[in-house]
Amino acid sequence: MLIQRAADILSSEITPEGVYQNRREFMKTALLAPAAAVQAFNTTEKVTAYEYATTYNNYYEFGMDRADPSKNSGKFQTKPWAVTVEGMVKKPARYDLDDLLKGLAPEDRTYRMRCVERWSMVIPWRGIPLASLIRKLEPLPSAKYLEFKAILARDQMPGQRSRLFGGGLDWPYAEGLRLDEAMNPLTLIAVGMYGKPLPNQNGAPLRLITPWKYGFKGIKAIVAIRFVETQPVSSWMKAWPEAYGFYANVNPSVEHPRWNQSREQRIGEPGNPFLGQATRPTLMFNGYAEQVAHMYAGMDLRKSY
Amino acid sequence: MREWIYARATDSRFYLFLTCTLPAALLVRAIATGNLGANPLETIRDTTGIWTLRFLVVTLAITPVRRLTGWHKIIQARRVIGLCAFFYAVLHFVSYVWLDQFFALDGMIDDLTKRPFIMAGYASFVVLIPLAVTSTKKWIWRLGGRKWRLLHRLIYFSAAAGVVHYFWRVKLDVQSPVIYAVLLGTLLLARLPRSILERKRAAAEAQILQAKSSRWR
Repeated sequence: MLIQRAADILSSEITPEGVYQNRREFMKTALLAPAAAVQAFNTTEKVTAYEYATTYNNYYEFGMDRADPSKNSGKFQTKPWAVTVEGMVKKPARYDLDDLLKGLAPEDRTYRMRCVERWSMVIPWRGIPLASLIRKLEPLPSAKYLEFKAILARDQMPGQRSRLFGGGLDWPYAEGLRLDEAMNPLTLIAVGMYGKPLPNQNGAPLRLITPWKYGFKGIKAIVAIRFVETQPVSSWMKAWPEAYGFYANVNPSVEHPRWNQSREQRIGEPGNPFLGQATRPTLMFNGYAEQVAHMYAGMDLRKSY
Repeated sequence: MREWIYARATDSRFYLFLTCTLPAALLVRAIATGNLGANPLETIRDTTGIWTLRFLVVTLAITPVRRLTGWHKIIQARRVIGLCAFFYAVLHFVSYVWLDQFFALDGMIDDLTKRPFIMAGYASFVVLIPLAVTSTKKWIWRLGGRKWRLLHRLIYFSAAAGVVHYFWRVKLDVQSPVIYAVLLGTLLLARLPRSILERKRAAAEAQILQAKSSRWR
């Protein structure tokens, strides 16, 4: 059997020798056109069908069945939208979304997304690198982590009203990143996908994307970003600490009590799962080791899961 | 051949069996037409799993319904429905071994030793095998009614393990497992007064017998 590793970097994108020899010149042009460097992050794997990416979602605020979010989020109000920036930062304020993102150029990134439930997708996002937003907000030196809070809207989100409907997570949904993780060039604040504005069920109007971490890390409908000194506690950590840690890095060798994480099923594939192997191996850091592994050097990822 | 067809065509149980295979037939059609949705593997696994549980619950409902309504003929349906539960359990097991694990023995052993919800699923399935094997009239005769009934009480265990399997599988969405647990609990409780009554009657009978035998001595 042929197991193909995702070609994240096309051979056509490898710097030609001539350019390398002439690297000072190259650096000047590269700085003028940062978008070109970013291309290296885009996967060339087959993009998941839009229909699946918008009807197969985990968004417990709108119900626990994966078909629920697309059914129940139609009337969710995303305009106007304010994001509170607080904590150890030079520019704390309650920003209107447009003001928050003003002057920051959105980029298109096609990323793999690996859910903790052993399934994965390939999604073309449009978003702002979180690093540029952080630079704009100017964190204080004491800030070591970012804490994100999603919206609390019981009137609009049935899952927040009822334990039976939303699983009784600690609402509003909370997530966190270490500052260097947040600054990693892969990390995105997505505002769109498939060339369209973000649908409600996918986290409109803005959500976090960290493609080397399990999908639940990608907090949706963000209303607060707080710069803090100590490690934040996420909703899933609170709900089930043995299963969900702070890092949540995709790691085929660290098991979830419920799922062996060594393999995954790509959504929409194959149409007939009886023809050949239905699952594919899960890659360390979801295949983004080259871009992120250095941040965890020396850490025991079995303990810091 | 003709007789066989005639026997089936006039047997209502055969039609019941056909009806019970409908969910499997729909699944086969979905596989053939590539309409399994976003996660084909999960669709097959979850569909066969939930139908196993449904048929187990229906099997267990037959005796209480019969006692409550006095509709005794319904007992004839029990074997067919019970075997259908087993049929879906086999499909569910195959979907796990083939689609989920792709026959990887180490992966399955790993699951079996580390994941309680898989253990419960295995237990529920394994216990059904002797019940399916001994479901024929010949086996009832061979074992004798009393022993056979005793053996077939294992279905209580299988159903309970099945519900536990479902409960432990979900993350936080326990709504549906709870419904099955309540159903199963109700059906088991419905048997309780009767079995207490039976025990009392048996004790009384034993006493009478003893009294008689002592009189004869």
